[in-house]
Amino acid sequence: MQNSLILIVLLLLTALGYHFGRRRALHSVGGAQAIRRLHSLPSYYGLYVVLWAIIPALLVMLLWGLVQDTVLNELIISTLPTEMQSLPPERLGLVVNDIHNLAIGNITSETPSPAIEAAAAHLRSLQATADLARGLVVLAIALAGALFAWRAIAPAMRARNRVESILKGLMVASAMVAILTTIGIVLSVLFESLRFFQKVPVTDFLFGLQWSPQIAIRSDQVGASGAFGAIPLLVGTLLISFIALVVAVPIGLMSAIYLAEYAGPRLRAWAKPVLEVLAGIPTVVYGFFAALTVAPFIREMGESVGLDVSSESALAAGLVMGIMIIPFVSSLSDDVINAVPQSLRDAAYGLGATQSETIRQVILPAALPGIMGGVLLAASRAIGETMIVVMAAGLSANLTVNPLEAVTTVTVQIVTLLVGDQEFDSAKTLAAFALGLLLFLITLSLNIVALRIVRRYREQYD
Amino acid sequence: MSDSKTVSPSFEKVQASLAKRYARERRFRAMGLGAILLGLSFVAILFITIIGNGYTAFEQTYLKLPIYLDPQVIDPEGTRDPEVIRQASFRNVVRQPLREMFPEVKGRRDKRLLYKLLSGDAPHEVKERVLDDPSLIGKKVELWLLADDEVDMLVKGHIPRDTLLEGSKAKLVGWVDKLQAEGRIEKRFNALFFTRGDSREPEQAGIAGAVAGSFYTLLVTLLLSFPIGVAAAIYLEEFAPKNRFTDLIEVNINNLAAVPSIVFGLLGLAVFINWFGLPRSAPLVGGLVLTLMTLPTIIIAGRAALKSVPPSIREAALGVGASHMQTITHHVLPLALPGMLTGAIIGMAQALGETAPLLMIGMVAFIVDVPQGPLDPATVLPVQIYLWADSPERAFVERTSAAIMVLLAFLIAMNAVAIILRRRFERRW
Repeated sequence: MQNSLILIVLLLLTALGYHFGRRRALHSVGGAQAIRRLHSLPSYYGLYVVLWAIIPALLVMLLWGLVQDTVLNELIISTLPTEMQSLPPERLGLVVNDIHNLAIGNITSETPSPAIEAAAAHLRSLQATADLARGLVVLAIALAGALFAWRAIAPAMRARNRVESILKGLMVASAMVAILTTIGIVLSVLFESLRFFQKVPVTDFLFGLQWSPQIAIRSDQVGASGAFGAIPLLVGTLLISFIALVVAVPIGLMSAIYLAEYAGPRLRAWAKPVLEVLAGIPTVVYGFFAALTVAPFIREMGESVGLDVSSESALAAGLVMGIMIIPFVSSLSDDVINAVPQSLRDAAYGLGATQSETIRQVILPAALPGIMGGVLLAASRAIGETMIVVMAAGLSANLTVNPLEAVTTVTVQIVTLLVGDQEFDSAKTLAAFALGLLLFLITLSLNIVALRIVRRYREQYD
Repeated sequence: MSDSKTVSPSFEKVQASLAKRYARERRFRAMGLGAILLGLSFVAILFITIIGNGYTAFEQTYLKLPIYLDPQVIDPEGTRDPEVIRQASFRNVVRQPLREMFPEVKGRRDKRLLYKLLSGDAPHEVKERVLDDPSLIGKKVELWLLADDEVDMLVKGHIPRDTLLEGSKAKLVGWVDKLQAEGRIEKRFNALFFTRGDSREPEQAGIAGAVAGSFYTLLVTLLLSFPIGVAAAIYLEEFAPKNRFTDLIEVNINNLAAVPSIVFGLLGLAVFINWFGLPRSAPLVGGLVLTLMTLPTIIIAGRAALKSVPPSIREAALGVGASHMQTITHHVLPLALPGMLTGAIIGMAQALGETAPLLMIGMVAFIVDVPQGPLDPATVLPVQIYLWADSPERAFVERTSAAIMVLLAFLIAMNAVAIILRRRFERRW
């Protein structure tokens, strides 16, 4: 049965369940005039039936959907001739793919053998049966749940309390999604990284100076082993992030100071949102801007003074990334500067300091921890930024700090390693997960430090 | 006191340094103003470049050709059966008028160049026209047909004439000039851009597929992240006891908001695709990944909205005997909902512009068809921009910019709705 059909029938069932649950509650006390003998309002009895009908059914449907393909594949493989079953896993995967393609009427990689034809036909019938069975099972469970709840309805049943505790359980489950996401991130990158570190030692990865993730097709190939040293990538990442911060921190900080201390309400009212537009522009747009406009511009500028600038220079990517994080720096600094108590300013003015002296010698030192926190957050944003560097920075891992040369970054390598079709357990794809783990750990520690600094500072004047 | 003329030496020192201090004050101020102007000019440059590069893509060059719809070729037996017409080859039908107009063109190489005046889609276009109106067969009709992207670029002036004149395609310029002099070249509104899927040929490429992909992806994201986000916000703000566990959730949410987006892509690849076996390139998976990404935004905004509802409302409801849950669902939530919606819209806007995690889960495939549902292979608007930005043809530069303009228009519209919602429903208690 189709998903949409199942869902529609489920919805109908719940509507009916609500109606009958309500009616049974009213009937149990002998009509609407005796409603006061019910523990809860009649609608709660209806809701109780609805919840019992829909939650177990949806859970089963979800689980079934996740398991069905795997089970069907196992069944299909077990019917294949034995010489096919003993194929290595990746060849077997191809065969199963062929069967699937044949079953839905697509073209296959090779002309199908009779065994595969038979398997495809078998799969088609299995799929039809499984789909029908799923629909029936889901609806049966919904019906059973509704009936169970419906039969339990009695005047003394505490329907409201039960409904509320179910709702509360759903809320707790929703809040748990955040934790599950973190666990999912950590486990998924950790597992693949561990597999990677079985092939490439951790020390080679962390301290190696060479990055050339080739995997040999033949064993006697030149450079067959491939090199997975992350240092050039880290240096490239830090170089580009550093350039970005050199652009963003002065501009962001100075504009925050001007907006907070000097600007009149009118300038503030429109300059602030316009600057924040920079934060809302998708990064792919910045990437396009960097590759199309900024990089050629810098190249021409360099050539006009006789410098040899790479067309994928770190400078172009860093500059544009700096533009992107200006609003982070400025809005966070703005918050901290505004949080500095007015009494400090008044005291400084009272001693005869000019406005800029007050800012430089009183407000900035007082706001420094908060500003540092903001800068660290911006740095973590720059390190994790992907699209700008994918589009504007290079692919070759040069170990250099010259901003006019092309460098590559951690995120660029993750994208190049994973986009396109590769077998999943080659060292190349696994390396991407190791890089992901590295990236996650770096940004996580930066964030934790930054958040701690910001929080500690905030408590100071409260 | 007397007004003695003796001034203390420190006063003089202060007086002497004043000019310098004021100058420094002015410099500092100018630096601040300069920083703001620099920031604003970045915004301006960005928009001017994109719009300057992209606005021409909303028009496309068409050629008017006298096309003889030869019955011998199209429908030799005169059945007018749509199936027969569909089988017929219209390639010669559209090439014939070009040959007649430029009889001087000889040689295979030159002829092939001549045919390149028209888009590869032109025969198909004529076929559709004939299918719509079979009575045209046997007549000579003047039809506007899509020009090749190179002609388009030449007419729009994106390829300088001189560079083209030097290359192997020098003759193209002369032909285009002649057609233009005869009034056979016209720029028209580029409807194909909004109705077609991706294509390797710039003149046939459109954003419809990517827009549909973005729509399904965002639909999945909204349907999942809004209920989950609101429920989590209510739990954390209204029910959660203050203990280590809820602290952990809070810290978690704050950290998730700052995890690089590409890491979410890795999660999606490892969990949804390799573990659960969901299809690659599907908006469903994209939506799941973006759900996890936007949840922190929605939860944080939702909590702020709940926090802004004054406690007196809760106390009043509890006072007349409502349960805790009733207080929230009947009174607090309706008051907090506009703020939550604003947060959700802003989260959706972020999700709409997100590219990197979707690259990880295979939404970068070259897909011509417009997806019909959340399980069809699809790409999304930002990824389409990324793909086009990588294409070497000059004509894709303007298409990329135009696609960016469409994306930015969507983003601006969403943010405008969020601002209006906030203005309209924000209450000061």
